[in-house]
Amino acid sequence: MSTAPLVLGIESSCDETGVGIVRGETLLAHEVASSMDQHARFGGVVPEIASRAHLEAMLPTLRRACDTAGVRPGDVDAIAVTSGPGLAGALLVGLSAAKALAYALDKPLYGLNHLVAHVAVDILDHGPLPEPTMALLVSGGHTNLLLVRDITSDVVSLGETIDDAAGEAYDKVARILGLPYPGGPSVDAAAAGGDPRAIAFPRGLTSGRDLERHRWDFSFSGLKTSVARWVEARRAQGLEVPVADVAASFAEAVADVLVRKAIDACRAHGVTDLQVGGGVAANSRLRALAQERCDEAGIGLRVPRLGLCTDNGAMVAALGAQLVARGRPPSSLSIGGDSSLPVQHVTM
Amino acid sequence: MDTSTSAVTAAVHDGSAVLARRGVLDVRAHAELLTPLVRDVLAEAGAAPSDVTHVVGGRGPGPFTGLRVGLVTAETFAFAVGATSGGWGSLDAMAHGLWLTGDAPGRFVVATDARRKEVYWAVFAAGPGGVVREAGPGVERPADLPADVRELPCAGRGPGLYPGMFGPAVGPLDVDAGALADAAARHLSAGGALPPPRPDYLRRPDAVPQAAVKSVTAADGRRGRR
Repeated sequence: MSTAPLVLGIESSCDETGVGIVRGETLLAHEVASSMDQHARFGGVVPEIASRAHLEAMLPTLRRACDTAGVRPGDVDAIAVTSGPGLAGALLVGLSAAKALAYALDKPLYGLNHLVAHVAVDILDHGPLPEPTMALLVSGGHTNLLLVRDITSDVVSLGETIDDAAGEAYDKVARILGLPYPGGPSVDAAAAGGDPRAIAFPRGLTSGRDLERHRWDFSFSGLKTSVARWVEARRAQGLEVPVADVAASFAEAVADVLVRKAIDACRAHGVTDLQVGGGVAANSRLRALAQERCDEAGIGLRVPRLGLCTDNGAMVAALGAQLVARGRPPSSLSIGGDSSLPVQHVTM
Repeated sequence: MDTSTSAVTAAVHDGSAVLARRGVLDVRAHAELLTPLVRDVLAEAGAAPSDVTHVVGGRGPGPFTGLRVGLVTAETFAFAVGATSGGWGSLDAMAHGLWLTGDAPGRFVVATDARRKEVYWAVFAAGPGGVVREAGPGVERPADLPADVRELPCAGRGPGLYPGMFGPAVGPLDVDAGALADAAARHLSAGGALPPPRPDYLRRPDAVPQAAVKSVTAADGRRGRR
């Protein structure tokens, strides 16, 4: 019988209600209810709609996770929950549920950082995390480069987006090209037959003074505008828009900047392992380019399976299990949600 | 427990009386305060979580973010200990609280802060056996309420927020979970089942479907002319 900690994790920071259960580094349950379809006609996540959906989905998702894992709530050793960063109202649904469970079951509560959980989730797929690891997190809400020296206590933000998140740029480019929301999968599919070198879209913050001031930061707002200009100019000339080439060239620009900066950060810090996570890690070009350049640079690449890249409760449980295993102190029942929790704070 | 008004409140009821009740006035810290309050009232009542057979959350109406904290806490706590969870109208709980004092007028309105210059409201008739909701719950600007409703004695924060728009102020300003638990316990002992712990939002989410894509080159043109 394993003595590794049995941890239940709850995630509600954006539009996915996730409950996961892990024992140590083993995934036992991974249940997600998404309100994504309800946001589609608004072109992005509507916080109040997301929060309402979390309240409706929380208990059914919790029940399903316990049933799938074959555990009773009282069997768990700890309750972990995303306490930030994320949408304030959405966070409070999961946090309140987690507190109720922790108190009612007399188990420790771990309020933890959503971004760090995105890194920890890969432990469930590929075993113990090499430390240090460089982590590139790219999603609809975040674009971060993190230096992880200890997943439970020492995570440093090297850079982040100074405007749009990478996933947001995908959503906006999808709208420009008349492709459906969310933009990640639709632009990726449209790019399949396109030429990534057809159009030279700009690589944000990669030259001159930008590189001095923002070596590991990202910017996708200019790229999005550049795509819009190119497409409009084309339409103004009465020409057909080569959607596949535009999508592929845009995806290339995003992937190129993300991977270039991630590898540069690895080299600068002497780190030989890179992990890519977050919903945009599902992007096929990003995965391929990261593999290619990591191989060239002699850097080990880890990318969790797609279902664990998007927001979920298993990632929260995975980080919770690390915190328990390393004897980190639990959170108070009085913690609140912190919509802009800095990544240096692994727990609250 | 209830988090639909300015009070974060929890109470323990044993089927015949309230054993412990707490409330804290803080509209910004529902999630921080509620579970510790539940812990405190259970401790004061000398009960363990596993002793609880029914958990009732106030269904509102009330400001959404706070409202959800109470309902999800009630539902999840009940799941954890294998209790039955249910919901009870928060305005009904306030009306019941007023009735319990013995000073309830024959007919009165409860009006609470709905923000945006509006109130959540419901009209109640008080009789020997308790209160009956006659109208509402609704959400309106006070001036848009029917004239006969505005003349009624009014519980809740409505009269304080909108002086002159309601009849004389009576009764509680916010929900007391003791009254909520008492109303639910009476209902249960009369053989009733608790309604599900679903929120009464009364408003749709603020959201506007996306407009057509804005032209960046046209925007350049406007900037150029300025």
